[in-house]
Amino acid sequence: MSDRIREKLSILADAAKYDVSCSSSGGNRKNTDKGLGDSSNGICHTYTEDGRCVSLLKILLTNHCIYDCAFCVSRRSNDVQRAAFTVEEAVDLTMGFYRRNYIEGLFLSSGIFKDADFTMERLVRIVKKLRLEHKFNGYIHLKTIPGASPELLTEAGLYADRMSINLEMPTEAGLKLLAPEKSHEEVKKPLGFIQNSIVQYKDESKIIKRAPKFVPAGQSTQMVIGATPESDMEIMYSANQYYKDFDLKRVYYSGYIPISYDTRMPVIGSQPPLLRENRLYQTDWLMRFYGFDVKEILNLSNPNLDVDIDPKLSWALRNIEHFPVDVNTADYKMLLRIPGVGVGSAKKIWQARKFGRLRSDQLRKMGIAWNRAKHFIRCADSVMMLNDPNPFQIKNDILSQGDSKYTKVAQNQLALF
Amino acid sequence: MNAFVFDGTFEGLLTSIFETYEFKVKDVRLFDNLRYQPGLIDETHEVISDKAKSDRVWKAFVKKIGKQKAQNAYTVFLSEDAEAFQHIFDFIRYVFDSGEGAESNFGNPSVIAIHKWERSVSRERHRMKAFIRFEQMADGIYYAPIEPDFNVLPLIAGFFKNRYADQQWIIYDTKRKYGLFYDLENVTEIAFDFAENIESGTTPYLSKNLLDDKQELYGLLWNDYFRNTNIPARKNMKLHLRHVPKRYWKYLTEKKHN
Ligand code: SF4
Repeated sequence: MSDRIREKLSILADAAKYDVSCSSSGGNRKNTDKGLGDSSNGICHTYTEDGRCVSLLKILLTNHCIYDCAFCVSRRSNDVQRAAFTVEEAVDLTMGFYRRNYIEGLFLSSGIFKDADFTMERLVRIVKKLRLEHKFNGYIHLKTIPGASPELLTEAGLYADRMSINLEMPTEAGLKLLAPEKSHEEVKKPLGFIQNSIVQYKDESKIIKRAPKFVPAGQSTQMVIGATPESDMEIMYSANQYYKDFDLKRVYYSGYIPISYDTRMPVIGSQPPLLRENRLYQTDWLMRFYGFDVKEILNLSNPNLDVDIDPKLSWALRNIEHFPVDVNTADYKMLLRIPGVGVGSAKKIWQARKFGRLRSDQLRKMGIAWNRAKHFIRCADSVMMLNDPNPFQIKNDILSQGDSKYTKVAQNQLALF
Repeated sequence: MNAFVFDGTFEGLLTSIFETYEFKVKDVRLFDNLRYQPGLIDETHEVISDKAKSDRVWKAFVKKIGKQKAQNAYTVFLSEDAEAFQHIFDFIRYVFDSGEGAESNFGNPSVIAIHKWERSVSRERHRMKAFIRFEQMADGIYYAPIEPDFNVLPLIAGFFKNRYADQQWIIYDTKRKYGLFYDLENVTEIAFDFAENIESGTTPYLSKNLLDDKQELYGLLWNDYFRNTNIPARKNMKLHLRHVPKRYWKYLTEKKHN
């Protein structure tokens, strides 16, 4: 008995791990009736040896699948061990792990067995049981199965904190190449349906005090990077479009890990594109938190992100006429654009300068990356500069500082800027 | 420069601040009596903790910058660090002696120091929320030993009470030799003998006969999960170690069987 459940967990955790999302924030469920758990800000309970956050019990209900997507380990033509949890097993694992403070909740996905509704119905049964029978208030991320009926999606949305459905490939052409049975259209449909329901429930909650929560942590999606030949521009334009059209909370970029000998894709053993993945996340951050328009970062003359420097520095060097920025007078938007200044330090500068003009020694203490920022700012004790800043010199200077961020091999969770 | 020696309690620290106004002194070097070595400085003033005085300081402080920001000073106090004590002292004085909003003048050394210390202690608090691993004992109580860098138990009690409202639990700080016990109603402070095996032995885990039948299986399942959710092609131990520093491994179930 215990061996069988251990084997199932091994198979179904292994098959689920290529979905990189592990966020557990935004659930905002309170433990009101002495049930188990709550969710709000998200906690990484541990990190795998590849350095990724482990917050949720991320499993497939089953890795049986009727589809044959070339990039997926669970594809029907792949010769792998198959397994399936019962509803009770999935519930017990979640509860047992949660009670021991191993996890923030459950991320439940599945291969598609029989048909979409059959699969979705099973997933819903698990989350329903957790919420209603076990008074579980932990975080639940539920996969939307493409093609599932609106009734099932509505039910799912009442129990899940987040729902997601993956674009898989950044463009329709890429998807058609590797998974001809699939299309982006069938991803957009449920994204749109759930998005509308979220808005409806939100409106309702403005009128009715205790209106039920509906997918309170919103929706997300994932694109696999590097399996198909899209440029960074194509990838980020697509991400931008989905952020806009469906008000997504996150787009995840997952560097393709070769898992097959299919000649359409990189071969087994080739390195996953981790640095590229990181640059895409940085760009994503610039769009969402730093007020950049994606077209400023990627466009026809710059269709791909630089490898040696991050996209914010790269933008600054290309637009050197905006610099140096006087930190004592510049508006907040511009403070955010200074390389080496993050959101936290921009806020500190903004507040501190009300008390007097800031000097470099004060700025250094505020946590800005001085070696980068110094080329782009002026402060109370800056000396007059005669020449205009020279982007080539600055870049060389920064790179020669041996700033580990630029010279070391890719890491998937580098500090951002 | 005046030297004040206080008893190492938060009340004592606030009393010291009161007395600087009483005695009209400004530049004060603060020592707590555990760390103060007599003879280091000739003239010292010994501060006797006084509830009335400390309450007055705290109330005035809260009134000036609001409860939430005032709370940061207490968080920093839990660092148990002598330098941090001095920063709290300087910070509170600076806030009292300056106009409105001074607590966010990040150009001021004590403001930035409090901010940084608050981040450090909060990081440890956050780590404890993440790294605590309960084991279910035969009597049903969930037990977790911890050894945090700072004295963060007071900062996590509420979190665990809300989250695990329907199970009894104990979180025990083996370094500071006290713990919290939640009995399904309230959280109380406890200190007990059975922690001795834990403090002395190299293994922090409870012996098998004290555990619930299912505990071992769940521990194994968690290990299976931890291994299988990893992607070897992305291996990055440096990053792993940055997020899960070795000093925490002792109490992590996922590191137990590996
Ligand atoms: S449908 Fe999903 S699980 Fe099935 S092969 Fe395609 S990606 Fe894999």
